[in-house]
Amino acid sequence: MIRVQREDFDVGVELERLAAGNHRIGGLSSFIGLVRDMGGEERVSALTLEHYPGMTEKKLGEMETEAHRRWPLDAVLIIHRYGRLEPGDRIVLVATASPHREAALAACQFLIDWLKTDAPFWKSEETPAGERWVESRAEDEAARRRWKLCP
Amino acid sequence: MKLLYFAWLRARIGCAEEELDLPPEIREVAGLLDWLQSRGGRYAEALRDLSVVRVAVNQNYVGLEHPVREGDEVAIFPPVTGG
Repeated sequence: MIRVQREDFDVGVELERLAAGNHRIGGLSSFIGLVRDMGGEERVSALTLEHYPGMTEKKLGEMETEAHRRWPLDAVLIIHRYGRLEPGDRIVLVATASPHREAALAACQFLIDWLKTDAPFWKSEETPAGERWVESRAEDEAARRRWKLCP
Repeated sequence: MKLLYFAWLRARIGCAEEELDLPPEIREVAGLLDWLQSRGGRYAEALRDLSVVRVAVNQNYVGLEHPVREGDEVAIFPPVTGG
């Protein structure tokens, strides 16, 4: 399931709902992305996330499909927020459920790695020097590439 | 054709969305970017370095050689930074 929203989410409620009623699930894995208070050397007081409505949901849906194709998963959840967020706020939740831990853990990492390079979101940070757009990181591109060949 | 701009490209061009009657000589993404640059001013400045420009046609990432047609939705933006 994919959700793109301005509002915060309750991690406990979301994870409980993901596994509710399905007793085949033996492992639930999750990743939560938070707003940091530093961007490089600069203190960050807030950031604003912009996205491309329509394409965002489409790309996240494709990632969900690809995760199901690669691993035996019972459930996938991706929630990504947009709008203005402050340090400590939740940005993203990726959760995967499977009978065994290996698939749940691997699929969760796969999804956040792909999301970083393929989901059309952009961050702008508020710093003492003014507002600035976050630049993409080569490490994220490398993290995504290693999933190309492995199952 | 509908053109969409995001993040600093939107800020530098000063517009989020515009309708364009596609000049008939433009057949692919590279030609469209050249044509936008040739408008000068904010467009030339925003699109100066194409190594930091990404393009999606009808919500799919594409390369410079990808065809563009009247009726397409073409989005122009910097590399993504979500998650």
